[in-house]
Amino acid sequence: MSQSGQERKRIRIALAGQPNVGKSTVFNLLTGLNQHVGNWPGKTVEQKTGICHWQDWTFDVVDLPGTYSLSANSPEELIAREYIIKERPDVVVAIVDAAALERNLYLVSELLPLPVPIVLGLNMVDVAEQQGLKVEPHVLEAALGVPVVPMIATKGQGITELLARIQDIVCNGANYTPNVPDIRTDHKEILDRIEALIADHVPPEYPQTWVALKILEGDKQLTEMMRTRLPQEAWDEIYRIIKQHEDACVAVASGRYAWIGRMVRAAVVKPKAGQISLTDRLDRWATHPLWGLFILIGILALTFWLTYTIASPVTQLLEAYVVHNLANLATTELASAPSWLTSLVVDGIIGGVGTVLTFFPILLIFFAMLGILEDIGYMARGAYVMDRFMHMMGLHGKSFLPLFLGFGCNVPAVLGSRVIESERGRLLTILLAPLVPCTARMAVVAFLAPVFFTAPTLVSWGLLTINLIVLALLGVLLHKFVLKGEHIAFIMELPLYHLPNWRTIALTVWQRLLSFLTKAGTIILIASVVIWALSTLPHGDIETSLLAAFGRLLEPVGQLMGLDSHMMVALLSGFVAKENAVATLGVLFATEGNGAGLAAILPTILTPAAALAFLVVEMLFIPCIATLSAIRQETNSWRWTLFSVLLLFLVSLAGGLLTYQIARLLGG
Amino acid sequence: MNNIYPLSELKTGETALIQELRGGYSFRSRLAALGFTPGAEIKMVQNLGHGPLIVSLRDTRIALGRGEAQKILIRLGKEPLCHNQVKSENASA
Repeated sequence: MSQSGQERKRIRIALAGQPNVGKSTVFNLLTGLNQHVGNWPGKTVEQKTGICHWQDWTFDVVDLPGTYSLSANSPEELIAREYIIKERPDVVVAIVDAAALERNLYLVSELLPLPVPIVLGLNMVDVAEQQGLKVEPHVLEAALGVPVVPMIATKGQGITELLARIQDIVCNGANYTPNVPDIRTDHKEILDRIEALIADHVPPEYPQTWVALKILEGDKQLTEMMRTRLPQEAWDEIYRIIKQHEDACVAVASGRYAWIGRMVRAAVVKPKAGQISLTDRLDRWATHPLWGLFILIGILALTFWLTYTIASPVTQLLEAYVVHNLANLATTELASAPSWLTSLVVDGIIGGVGTVLTFFPILLIFFAMLGILEDIGYMARGAYVMDRFMHMMGLHGKSFLPLFLGFGCNVPAVLGSRVIESERGRLLTILLAPLVPCTARMAVVAFLAPVFFTAPTLVSWGLLTINLIVLALLGVLLHKFVLKGEHIAFIMELPLYHLPNWRTIALTVWQRLLSFLTKAGTIILIASVVIWALSTLPHGDIETSLLAAFGRLLEPVGQLMGLDSHMMVALLSGFVAKENAVATLGVLFATEGNGAGLAAILPTILTPAAALAFLVVEMLFIPCIATLSAIRQETNSWRWTLFSVLLLFLVSLAGGLLTYQIARLLGG
Repeated sequence: MNNIYPLSELKTGETALIQELRGGYSFRSRLAALGFTPGAEIKMVQNLGHGPLIVSLRDTRIALGRGEAQKILIRLGKEPLCHNQVKSENASA
């Protein structure tokens, strides 16, 4: 089976582990920038693969999804076990947290019966020591019968030994004698009966004993697989057995934990109870119903402040020097080319690149802040504090995590909704994500608010608040009327706080930026060219272009909000990227791009009431095309993608209309 | 069997043993994998009487919705003192 091919000296390893055990730190240590992030075939679950060179060996590393067990309860768990059974890596490296060994060995107890050798990476031994826990790797190794390597991945310790032990197993596999968990005592007779019934019908790659146990546990996928393969009478008997032992999933789990208890008893010395840890002390504040909320709001405010304070000047520099010079260079180089080509390159392509570039510093800072908050363990506390509020929308605390990402860019927010277990909760989160005002929209507000209003900061915060209120209301309504359904269980681990690991954070930020560049970036670039074409064709003049015609079509709606066709076209161009609104206004009013000319003209055209309506619509408007493509990918449904467009189209116009009429009544 | 309560009744700082899991298959299976198995010791880290709660179990802190905590039955066997406390609160609730 195995293609490790010693003459080529390649070893295929899979990293397994529960969430929050430092598995990605180990993966990053092994592969560095030699990694590729994609999707598991046919699934919306992230797949990371990479390559690691050590001595004269090449390790192909696959990072399996982080899971607590190998049941069939989630796509992640299915992916992990299917990969091990069907792809047969040479070695599975199980990373466990030494400070929570009992719970962590649960996954190992599920991995041991599978037909692939295991090396145990006993990570975070420093954290365990700080808590007064003494773990003896040699005792654990003797008990489990698998190599145990103590590690401190955050400091790079233990990696070489880990690789050496993997290589040793591949070369001298005969010495590998694991202690496979025996959890049969309670159910020995029925398990033997099930195994006898399924014998000769199990596909060769599946271990028979393991399948029998999984069937008793009530595993839906394997039970279904065997149902189609078994003769009728054998299946009938198995069905009877399953029905009689519906509680077996808990009993089998108890059996595994009992086995783990025997394994760790000799290997772990626990401290006296009653120690107050750093996590305890911090959580007294961070998970407090009132202080926790204040802390969360404070952290959010700090994140935004830092993002805009640091990133805005850099963005302006990029625009002034890079984009401007690039445009000048292209104009000179293309002096002899037809004017439409110059226009395509300068207005279409360089304009698009400019848009993407200007997001970069903002997203970099925002993702870095978020990466730190995630890495030190804070984000789970934020989710806990927000749980009460998310409940009103039929969601729970975990949805807060992707929605918060949306403040940077809606694309990662939609992709991030994968952390939510239930399909309904995921869909609702995806539908609400575009209402989180992203940096691009805040940039438009930051440019336009001072043009019209004497208190622009107040207006900006007001607009942000409106968005969040609409998000909450829409969430409640969708929950009540569209996506009705059962309550989603909220079960979430609160990891221990620890010092930030800069390498992990840097790689996370890099990957998020890269996925923004490849997904949003390319789409924005293409769409910029399309919009350029629409605004140029058929006569090379924007006033008579297709885009203008479309704008006039929307004029009746616009008039209700005090907006003319130019303003409607500007809104529509936000479909490419939200911050295009300003650039489009610049083109339409034939001024110097984002320059001061536009700031002088706009107040003469728009009343403050209409300007406010414009900003409200801009903030609530249909998702940009990059977000839409993410929605299509994650929901795997055109119907829901279209629903999202229509919903936000109607909501934003209603919002604009209300704002305009109310503002006029108040004498705006 | 009169010292069996839902986990949601356990007060902050108190300890109990898991007795039984209620609810659907995937819910029970998920909880069992996390270590919520009969006989396991569980400590309430934060229970405000409303909203989600935090428990500590097998060296791990886990946040749980109140609805979820109501489906986990616990046994107060070890400390008769907190048995009475919870019982009286249970009666008034």
